[in-house]
Amino acid sequence: MKPAPFVRHVPRTLDQALAILSQVAGQDGRILAGGQSLVPIMAFRLAKPAHLIDINEVAGLDQLASDGKMLSIGARVRHAAFHAPVADNRLAALLTYVAHHIAHYPIRMRGTFCGSLAHADPASEWCLTAATLGATMIAMSQRGTREIAAKDFFEGIMATALAEDELLAEVRLPLLASDAKFGFYEFNRRAGDFAMASSLVTYRIVDGKIAEARVGVGGAESAPRRITEAETALNGATPDDDAFRAAAEAARDAIDPLEDHQTDAAYRRDLVRAVVRRALEHSLT
Amino acid sequence: MGSTPGMSEAKQKIVGRSVARLEDRPLLLGQGRFAADVSFAGQWSMRVVRSAVAHGKLRGIDASAALAWPGVHAVWTHKDVAHIPPIPFRLTGLKELEPYRQTVLAKDYVRYVGEPVVVVFAADQYVAEDAADLVELDIEPLTPVLDASGATGPFDGTHATEPSVIRKGYGDVEAAFKAAHAVVSLALSTGRHSGVPMETRGAIARYDEGRDILEMHGAAKVPWWNRDHIAQMIGRTRDNMHLYEGHVGGGFGIRGEIYPEDVLVCAAALAFKKPIKWIEDRREHLIAANHSRQQQHNVRAAIDTNGRILAIDNEFFHDNGAYMRTHAATVPDLAAAMLPGPYRVPAYRAIGHIRLTNKTPSGTYRAPGRYESTFVRERLMDAIAAHVGIDGVEIRRRNLIGKSAMPYDLHLDTLGTHIVYDSGDYALLLDKTLAAAGWPELKASLTKRRAAGEKVGAGVAMFVEKSGLGPSDTVRVDVKSNGKIEVVTGVASVGQGVETAMAQIAADALGVDYTDINVIHGQTDRIDTGSGAFASRVTVMCGEATRLASVKLRDRALKLAAELMQTEPGALDIINSEIVRRSGSGASMTLAELAQARPGELSAEDTFLSSHMVYPYGVHIAAVKVDGETGAVAIERYVIGYDVGKAVNPRLVESQIAGGLAQGLGGALLEEFVYDDHGEPLSVTFADYLMPTAREVPAMSILITEDAPSPLNPMGLKGAGEGGANPVGAAIASAIDDALQRPGAVADLPVTPQRLARLLKERPGPL
Ligand SMILES: Cc1cc2nc3c(=O)[nH]c(=O)nc-3n(C[C@H](O)[C@H](O)[C@H](O)COP(=O)(O)OP(=O)(O)OC[C@H]3O[C@@H](n4cnc5c(N)ncnc54)[C@H](O)[C@@H]3O)c2cc1C
Repeated sequence: MKPAPFVRHVPRTLDQALAILSQVAGQDGRILAGGQSLVPIMAFRLAKPAHLIDINEVAGLDQLASDGKMLSIGARVRHAAFHAPVADNRLAALLTYVAHHIAHYPIRMRGTFCGSLAHADPASEWCLTAATLGATMIAMSQRGTREIAAKDFFEGIMATALAEDELLAEVRLPLLASDAKFGFYEFNRRAGDFAMASSLVTYRIVDGKIAEARVGVGGAESAPRRITEAETALNGATPDDDAFRAAAEAARDAIDPLEDHQTDAAYRRDLVRAVVRRALEHSLT
Repeated sequence: MGSTPGMSEAKQKIVGRSVARLEDRPLLLGQGRFAADVSFAGQWSMRVVRSAVAHGKLRGIDASAALAWPGVHAVWTHKDVAHIPPIPFRLTGLKELEPYRQTVLAKDYVRYVGEPVVVVFAADQYVAEDAADLVELDIEPLTPVLDASGATGPFDGTHATEPSVIRKGYGDVEAAFKAAHAVVSLALSTGRHSGVPMETRGAIARYDEGRDILEMHGAAKVPWWNRDHIAQMIGRTRDNMHLYEGHVGGGFGIRGEIYPEDVLVCAAALAFKKPIKWIEDRREHLIAANHSRQQQHNVRAAIDTNGRILAIDNEFFHDNGAYMRTHAATVPDLAAAMLPGPYRVPAYRAIGHIRLTNKTPSGTYRAPGRYESTFVRERLMDAIAAHVGIDGVEIRRRNLIGKSAMPYDLHLDTLGTHIVYDSGDYALLLDKTLAAAGWPELKASLTKRRAAGEKVGAGVAMFVEKSGLGPSDTVRVDVKSNGKIEVVTGVASVGQGVETAMAQIAADALGVDYTDINVIHGQTDRIDTGSGAFASRVTVMCGEATRLASVKLRDRALKLAAELMQTEPGALDIINSEIVRRSGSGASMTLAELAQARPGELSAEDTFLSSHMVYPYGVHIAAVKVDGETGAVAIERYVIGYDVGKAVNPRLVESQIAGGLAQGLGGALLEEFVYDDHGEPLSVTFADYLMPTAREVPAMSILITEDAPSPLNPMGLKGAGEGGANPVGAAIASAIDDALQRPGAVADLPVTPQRLARLLKERPGPL
C-alpha cells in the first residue's frame, strides 16, 4: 500500500500554484488538499499522479468570511472549521449540523470543503449542501477565473465541470433567511460511513404555508441535486406529515437510482423516501 | 510434598481479582514492538504478486521488466520454490484432503483472487510495489466455482469440488423421526467473514550464517509448531531455527498459522543471506489471510408433543475456499461436533460437505464452527418453540441437560478428544442471566412498544463452549538473583492478557507480588516445546502448568532456605518474596538472598497433561429495534451470562467477552466478504468490509459466574476466549424475529439492512 512515485510541489502563492498546475495538469498533476480522498486511492494505486500540487501552504486560501449575502469558503478550509457555527446566520447552524455527519473526527481535521466538492463523491454531504443551496464555485487557472453554478458543476460520479488546470479556489454559499428552516438526514450502515442516501431541505413558512422549498437528495444518483417534484409538493402546503410524505413519495419516484451489488434500485428509492421525510421531520425540531 | 499446606490466612489471594494488566505499560507508552517495528540492517522487502483471476490455468509469467527495475534484487516464481512441499495440516488433517494443500507459490493453476504467484525482493517497500506492478501473469481463465452447495464435480486438474464429507452422530435417527410427533425443518446460512486484527500479518526472517541460525520474527499463536514445520519444509531442523513473537495486535485464530508468506521469507533469507521483511497490507489481508464461517445448513428436528427434541439431523455445506490450509477439516468438524450444545439430543446425525470454491481459503476464527452451529441450533429451538406454541425460554428449559447429568458424554469426538461436558448448571445460568436482563419487565415493555407501532423485540441464545485443549503444557519458573521471578511458557500472547493471568497464578503459588513476575511466551529459543495460544486453551493448560511448576519451586525454595535457616521447610512460609518463619519470630531471608546463596538452584519445571477439553457455557440476551423503512437494526440491550469455572482475573474475562461480542455482531449485521459472479472479491477495503466501530457496539452487561468449576484441573479453570462471539448471530436473529413478530424471519447472516428491507417488503405481514 505504498503509492507510485510522484513529485510534490509546495507553492506559497496562488499564482505559483496556478502556474505549476498549468504545467503539470497534462501529466495527471493533481491538487493535494486534505488528502483524505486522494491519498487512500494513491495508496491503493487506483490513482498514480506523477505530480501533486500541495495547496496547504498557499496564502489566502484559508478565508472563511461572510459579506452579508454570501459565505465564502476558501480551498484550505477544513471540515472541522464548521464544528461550531462560523457566522451568525441559519446557514452556519446548518453547516455545523451537517459537518458532524462527515466521516470521523480525524478526517474532518484534514479534509477540506472545496476538496470534497472537487472530488465529487455522490454521497458527499458538502456536495449535497452545495447543490441544495445553490452554491457558486470560483474556478481559477492561468487562463482566468470563472464562476460555475452548482447545477452545472456536478457532472457525475467523481466528475465535475472543473478543467484539469483549474483550481477550485473558493465556494460561495448564499446565507439563509433568519426564519429559514432546515433539516438533514442521512442513512448509512455505520456512523461516519458515506451515506447510502441523504437529504437536505430548507424552506420558510409564510402564512402557515411552506415557501421557497429546496429539497436536495444525495448518495442516490450519480450526483446530488434538487428534486423539483418534491419541492412542488411542498410549496404552498402546510408543514405536516401529509405534505412531508407527499414530498418524500415524489422524491422516491423522481430519482434515477444508483445501483450496486448490495443496493438495488427499489431499495435505493425506498431509502430516498425515508431520508427525505426524515429530513423534513428534522426541520421541525 | 503437596501444595502449600497451612498458608497463612493473612495472605491475600490474587487469583480471582481484577488486577491491572502487566502488558499495558509498554503498549501505553508506545514501546510496543509489532512485526512492522522489526527491522534489520541490509534487509530486503518482499512484495507478493497475487492472482487477479479467481480461477485459471497459469500459462506463463513475464517478470523481466520487474527484474530490470532499479532496486530490485530478485524475483521468485514457483520454479524457485518447487522443492518446498505444500503447507502441512496442524489440526484435523484428513488424509484425503492432502492433495488440496496450498503450495507457497501457485504452480499450474490459480484458484482465488489473492493467491501468491510471484514474489519480488527489492531495496524497500516502495520499489518492491513498483516492480510488482510490472509482473505480467498469463492466465487462461476457467469458470469459477462460487457456490458450495451445488452439484459436485471437477474443480480443476485432478481436484474435485468435494474432497471430503464429515459424518458424525449417535443413536437411531431414522427411528426417532419415524416416531416423532412433528418434524421442524430449516434452511440456514452464515456469511463469509473472518478475524480482522488491527495489526496485519508480518514476517521478518534473518539468517545468521556464523551461528547457522535462522530466525523469524512476527510469529504469533503457535510458534513451536510453526518452527518445527517451516524448518522441515525448507530443510532445516528445530534446533537451528527460531521463531520470535513480539507484541501482537490481535489474533482471533486467523493470525499466526503457517501461510505462504512465512515460508517464503524464511526460504529467501536462507537463499540470499539477507534479512527479508514482509508486511501485509490491509487489502492483502482481506483477500489472503484465512476467511471463515461460510456454511449452509439444512437441519431438521424430530420433536414430541411438548417440543422435546427426539433427534436432530443436519446436512451442511462448508464453503472452504480454494485450498485446505493448516486447519484442514477443523471448522466443519467442530460445527458438526458442537451442534447439540446444552440440550439433550437423544439421536443425532451430521453430514458436513467440505466444498472447494474459488475464494480465499478458510480457517478457524474465534468460536470456529460454533458461531455457525449455534446459529443453526438456536434458530431450530426458536422454530420448535413457534411450532409448539410456547415461549423461546420455556422451550430451552425443557430441553436443557440437567446438572445431575454431569459429566455428560456427548458420544462425539472432535480435535482428537472425546466430548464429555465436564460440569455445568445450564438452567441456573439461564435464570441468572434472565434476571440480570430483567426479562419479564423487558418483554412487557417491548410488547407495549410494539403495540404502539415500534418494531422492537428480544431474543435468547444458549451455547456450550469448549476450551483447554491439551495434550500438554510445560512451564519453567526461576527465581533470578535479584529476586524477580521468570515464568517461561510455551504459549503465545495475542493480546488476551496471558502475562497477567500467569503471573497471578504464580504469585499465589509462590508468595510473591504478581508485578515481580516476568512471563515469557512465544520464544522458541527459551523453552523446547510449546502448544501456543488457540482454542481458549492458555489459561487452563498453561495456567495449571504454571501452578504446578510454581508449587514445585516454592517447595524447593523452602527446602533450601530451611537448610540455611536451620529449621524445617514446614516451619517456613513465603510472604511478599520473603521467607519467614511461621512462628512469627526469628530471622528471615529474601528470595533474592536465597537465589544468590544457591545460584542456579531456584528453578523448577512441570508439565500439565490433559486428554479432555473443559466446557464453559453461556447465555446471550439481545434486544433490538428494527427500522421498518430502511431495514436497519439497532441494538438496545445486550446481556451476557457466562460460566467460566474460575475467573483468574474477572476483568480479563469480561474483556474477552466484550471483544468477542463486537466480532459476533460484525458477523451478525455487518461483516461479509462478498464476491461477484466472476469470483472477484468486493470487500477489499474497510469501506466495503464493515467492521463494527465503537458507535455500533452497544453498552453491554456481562455476568461472569463460577457455578461449575471444572473437575479436570485443581483450580476449576475453563477458557474465556470465545464465549463472547459464539451465539451472537443466534441471539440477534431471535431478537429480530421477535421485533417483526415473525418466527423464522432471519435465516441468513449477516442481516444487512438491504436484506431485511427486502424481507419486510416481500412479506409485509406476520408469517
Ligand atoms: C474513512 C473515510 C470516511 C469518509 N467519509 C466521508 C463522508 O462520510 N462524507 C464525505 O463527504 N467525505 C467523506 N470522506 C472524504 C473526506 O471528506 C475528504 O476529505 C474529501 O472527500 C476530500 O477532501 P480533501 O481535502 O481531503 O481532498 P483531497 O483528498 O486532497 O483531494 C480529493 C480530490 O479533489 C482534488 N482537489 C482537492 N482540492 C481541490 C481544489 N481546491 N481544486 C481542485 N481540485 C481539488 C484532488 O486533486 C483530488 O483529486 C471520507 C474519507 C475517509 C478516509
